[in-house]
Amino acid sequence: MKSLFRFPGTATVAALGLAFLYLPILALLILSFNENDLITIWTGFSARWYRAVFTNADMLQAARNSLIVAACATLFGTAAATAATLGVARARAAWKAAVEGLLGLPILVPEIVTAVALLLLFVFVGFELGLLTVVIAHTVFCIPFAYYPIRARLAGLDPALSEAAADLYADPARRFLRIELPLLSPGIAAGAMLAFISSLGDFVITYFVAGPGATTLPVYIFGMIRIGITPEVNALSAVMLLASILLITIAFLLGRHSDKQSDKGNG
Amino acid sequence: MRRRGLAPAAPAALFLLAFMVGPLLLMLYVSTLERGAFGGVVWDAHSLAAYEKLVFERDLVGRLALNPDYLAIFARSFQLAAITTTVTLAIGIPTALYMTMLPPRRAAQLLFLITVPFWTNLLVRNFAWILLLRNGGPIDGMLNRLGLVSGPIDILYTPFATGIGLVYSFLPYMILPIFVAMERIDRRLIEAAFDLGANRLRVLTRVVMPLAMPGIVAGGVLVFVPCLGAYVSPELLGGAKSMMIGNLIQAQFGASRNWPFGAALAMVLLVILLMGLGLLALAGRRRKSA
Amino acid sequence: MTRYARLLATAVALVCAPTLAQAQGKVLQLYSWANYVPPDLLKRFEAETGIKVNVDVYDSNDTMLAKLQAGGGGYDIVVPTNSILGTMIKTGLLQKVEAAKLANFANVDQPFDKPDVDPAREYSVPYMWGSTGFTYDSAKVPGGKLAESWKEFFDPRPELVGKIAALGDQGEMFTAGALYLGIDTCTENPEDAQKILDLLLKQKPAVKIYSSTGTIDRVAAGEVALHQQWNGAAYRARLKLPTAVFVYPAEGMNLWGDNFAVPKGAKNVENAKTFMNWMMDPKNAGEASNFSGYNNAIKGSAAFMKPEMRDDPAINPPEAMKARFRPVKDCSLKNRELRDGVWTRLRR
Repeated sequence: MKSLFRFPGTATVAALGLAFLYLPILALLILSFNENDLITIWTGFSARWYRAVFTNADMLQAARNSLIVAACATLFGTAAATAATLGVARARAAWKAAVEGLLGLPILVPEIVTAVALLLLFVFVGFELGLLTVVIAHTVFCIPFAYYPIRARLAGLDPALSEAAADLYADPARRFLRIELPLLSPGIAAGAMLAFISSLGDFVITYFVAGPGATTLPVYIFGMIRIGITPEVNALSAVMLLASILLITIAFLLGRHSDKQSDKGNG
Repeated sequence: MRRRGLAPAAPAALFLLAFMVGPLLLMLYVSTLERGAFGGVVWDAHSLAAYEKLVFERDLVGRLALNPDYLAIFARSFQLAAITTTVTLAIGIPTALYMTMLPPRRAAQLLFLITVPFWTNLLVRNFAWILLLRNGGPIDGMLNRLGLVSGPIDILYTPFATGIGLVYSFLPYMILPIFVAMERIDRRLIEAAFDLGANRLRVLTRVVMPLAMPGIVAGGVLVFVPCLGAYVSPELLGGAKSMMIGNLIQAQFGASRNWPFGAALAMVLLVILLMGLGLLALAGRRRKSA
Repeated sequence: MTRYARLLATAVALVCAPTLAQAQGKVLQLYSWANYVPPDLLKRFEAETGIKVNVDVYDSNDTMLAKLQAGGGGYDIVVPTNSILGTMIKTGLLQKVEAAKLANFANVDQPFDKPDVDPAREYSVPYMWGSTGFTYDSAKVPGGKLAESWKEFFDPRPELVGKIAALGDQGEMFTAGALYLGIDTCTENPEDAQKILDLLLKQKPAVKIYSSTGTIDRVAAGEVALHQQWNGAAYRARLKLPTAVFVYPAEGMNLWGDNFAVPKGAKNVENAKTFMNWMMDPKNAGEASNFSGYNNAIKGSAAFMKPEMRDDPAINPPEAMKARFRPVKDCSLKNRELRDGVWTRLRR
């Protein structure tokens, strides 16, 4: 059965694609051990930049801010997008178009414009600029990044399933948890991942809406341009990559038991 | 049919009304104001100079003339975004297809592996590409050693290098949505098609692709639109010899200190994109009803 | 799905805990480029004065200006360059701190004690200064030597075509072009701007990249043979590439200076003044130079600078070269529009 579903060549493309994605990461990791202070010129091996990272309080604080913001914005943005997907799917055509347009809006407007406009708004309303304003701003653009994959997942799902469930349970919460959520979960996971990396990488919007103490890692790194970006950034990137892979591994090991039943065995 | 209606969409919609539509209206207003002499805007002086500047401009000597500069910048950016979208699609579809053939757990791991490189910073990734692509770098060295080229490859600081940087940056935004759409395809459909004598190509074009279409559309939007605003790769890898919309709009809030014009550019871009998305949705509906 | 939720929860918990404990007491919110004021120096400042310095960063004068103009803020010290200092004063973004009355102000060297934009130093004190010339690799140019003229940059020899990098900055390019052509850098005459545009368009095929990011790497790696560059970056490039030579073009080169200033709405004005004064101490200024790679405006700081830096002609120009400096001016809106027009048309 599986052999029928096999398409030749796709494995090659996937492997090449993955190699393409990791090629610069490899270069970046190697350069994190560079002895000199330039990030594209290798002169010799040294671990000095790893020591530097762990004594650079500003940079560590920035990394911590980035993770806080990305985690919060991903959580809020993905939750809102998931609910919105279900709502839109059942809405009338006119409403559907309007709400879909609204959900996509944050990526249609150039970042710098959203950034300055949000800052003007926060100042006008009297919000104190800080990490909270950054989280709000990130949630704004995390919504579309989460929404599109989830909608792509929902688009072909059989509405009869959830309607049948409605007949049986009549309880929307259970229907959501038992039927819709499991069906949508790959879309939600993909949406969350895209939202997360979008938040983690954002510079322009963060820069404008951040207040004192809310500098994130991308803002910090852009701020290094003038004096020169050092391999310290590579070292921090390496640490974060390692941490992410570690977290993922732990999550998978934990999930191995609890999620067994949710793995579809229809392959 | 039971309709739960729009209620679940309310949190997202209200949030975006407050923090997206609100600021956007503010910017629409800004686009109709006079620029401040030292940046910013004059909040009570109205002017449509920003919109006039889009198409007409007094040249340096002061003559008013049709000015194709900004239209050219728009056209170039759309072209670059279209190319990037096409290439990510060409890599994304086979990769997603391959992932759907894996056991779910392996596929989920691969999904993570695809996004993990993006935990690193955009600037640093671009610097890594500079190192890889420059003459005398590893790629140049390898191609020369293999005898595939002789002499420097001269890729860095060309539009081709910009393309590499952009495809790199946006690849996950294409692969993930296509994968989630493809993964839910009922494999019995595919078996049935094979049983009925269809070859692989027909199965791909007639069964897999139509069902994966929502994912392809989603991926296309997530790559094409943000790509228009990309500003790092065109400079660091491409050499910044031609402006992109992203640079242009950003400059209006930076060195150019012309907020109204920046806002006007964004409004025009928004209208173009909304019309494009509208057409896309219309086409999707027609396909469904056909 | 639960596994993703758990992952997220772990991450949030890991990351949130330490930030909640924000230190109270005497603080100073410094808004600057990253690593511009050395972290070790800030630690010593904290130890000596008991004022805790929190650093936030920006990437350019222009974005800092835009952010403050849009109402962003909450910072006690910003570090504007002369080119925008005047704008910030005129638009009321800064507050008067009578900086010239600070005890250590007597250490300030000429001409930084009375710049055009803040002649009585009511708002600001000087920090680092620099200048924009160009660097070439003597191993890669014909004869191993280039003339001390912007001509080598704007109208390069055939051997250097395609091996030239320019700064990606409209102000730097317009100014360099104006100096080469003998035009006032603040010109409001469109004919002048047209001449500069023509010059830049003619130069464009020889240019490989317009970028102010990563200039040291580009020179040191030999990606280009000639790079328009700031002197501090040139000094650091030469440490990696001994054949690099920094040129002070005879037609003139702009002299810019960065300044510490206090934005309106700053909460810790007294701490800010303490910081300004402390940074004008020769020892502290010298250490800052060692870290940032730029010279400072404080007399006597040379004694505390690394010898290889103090002796580098790019950092410490010979007296004859100082005559070539043209202090950066804060130009009119009309001039800015011309600059912008030139820059956009160059890269249309």
